[in-house]
Amino acid sequence: MAPAASLPPVLSLHDAVALSGRFPLLAGVDLEVGRGETLLVEGPNGAGKTSLLRVCAGLVPVASGEVAVFGLDPVRRRSQVRRRVGLLSHASHLYDDLTVRENVRFSVRAAGADAGRIDGACERLGLTGRLLKTSASKLSAGQRRRVALAVLAARWPELWLLDEPHAGLDASTRTTLNEMIGEASSSGATVVIASHEFEFVEPLASRAVTMIGGRVTAERTLRGAIIPAPSSPVTAPAEGAPAPDASAPAPSTPAGSTPAQSTPAGSTPAGPASPRQLEGPVAHVA
Amino acid sequence: MWRDTVLVAGKDLRIEARSRVALSQVAPFGVVALALFAFALGPDRSTMAKGAPGLFWVAVLFCTVLAIQRSVSVESVDGARDGLRLSGLDPAGLFLGKSVAVAAQLLVLEAVLGIGVVVLYGARIEVPWLVVASCLLGTAGLAAVGTLYGALSAGLRVRETLLPFLLLPIAAPVLLAGTRIWQAAMAGGVPADGSQWLRLLAVFDAVYVALGIVVYGPIQESA
Repeated sequence: MAPAASLPPVLSLHDAVALSGRFPLLAGVDLEVGRGETLLVEGPNGAGKTSLLRVCAGLVPVASGEVAVFGLDPVRRRSQVRRRVGLLSHASHLYDDLTVRENVRFSVRAAGADAGRIDGACERLGLTGRLLKTSASKLSAGQRRRVALAVLAARWPELWLLDEPHAGLDASTRTTLNEMIGEASSSGATVVIASHEFEFVEPLASRAVTMIGGRVTAERTLRGAIIPAPSSPVTAPAEGAPAPDASAPAPSTPAGSTPAQSTPAGSTPAGPASPRQLEGPVAHVA
Repeated sequence: MWRDTVLVAGKDLRIEARSRVALSQVAPFGVVALALFAFALGPDRSTMAKGAPGLFWVAVLFCTVLAIQRSVSVESVDGARDGLRLSGLDPAGLFLGKSVAVAAQLLVLEAVLGIGVVVLYGARIEVPWLVVASCLLGTAGLAAVGTLYGALSAGLRVRETLLPFLLLPIAAPVLLAGTRIWQAAMAGGVPADGSQWLRLLAVFDAVYVALGIVVYGPIQESA
């Protein structure tokens, strides 16, 4: 499903600054993500990718600037926002003393989602038979990840925030995850993926932004994307915002290159070219 | 709110049923504490019986600290607290659910400790309903205030030491009222004395349940 340009963005950050004590997590992020869009957030460790997702989920408030999720403040209107948002983070949010099925059931019911989808979601993620009755404390890291994904699949939120979603998964689960992301986007859900594993994510994403030092420093469209993205202006951070990490690597493309161009609507996915061949032009904004 | 209360209480009680921390660790700790009090008081049974009400409630307070720490710690593993926040559960329902689960565990612990007081100290209870009422009201207050202060200390690395420091002074009215009610129940024939203290417990419960419903959400978000 192509994002409707006339609709308000699902996710909107304007000069968003988030702090942990006095340490800047986000240093003035400007970003908009439309309905049905799949956005890849890339950047080095400590660039602010996880913080961006946590701000979008309403777990971290912004110290200044504006954040809107579905047009709502994710902190002040958190109960309305959170039931529409699914965050797959580094933690799996599981209770060790509960079984796999009990964990999924609790998380899905707590989110007010349809409990009737639990069995199908577990089956899709390979959580069947004895595994369903296994205590979460006995699961491997990859299995815990699959349980977290099963919760997401059963909830099927409108905004998916995925932090390194492919980490620790086996090949078949990665394929399943990619299918889920594609289906989510096709069904109109918005997906934001923070990842270092470009070879898995770039074919799924319509747009990529690069974060360095808590800021979005570059943006590009991905020609191979299934869903074409509306071009989203990315502006320089406001004066006075915390300085980006000076040790972070500089963008590889010279400054002054042209802004990102959207892939024409209706374009077909590219063939099995290498991820770098799928890239669109890079826009430097900081 | 009530749906969330039942959901969270059911989850916490299921975790307790699996781990059996309250029964296998906290209850024995309480009984050991009662035995140590008995050693400290000496072999005079009348002295022990006289001190039984206060010692019972001191043991209950110690057990409450452990039960609350356990309630907080199950949410500290694998980002479970963030999972609860992200679920969009009603904070009031979350507070009540966790309080109900703690209260259920405390009632079981109090039954064990009550038997311990009768057996070890030779306490004779003349007005049983006063004891039951004091345990029900005292437990509700301890669970509410404990859950509230447990959430306050949840995000801190020093929560194990901070929680008793915060909780025990705040729970002092429960200790005082509970002890007076037990004394009245053991003396027999003066339930009116006990009923005044029961009213104090009811007020304590109302204040902390209402406070928890209102402030648990903001506390959870800032922890």
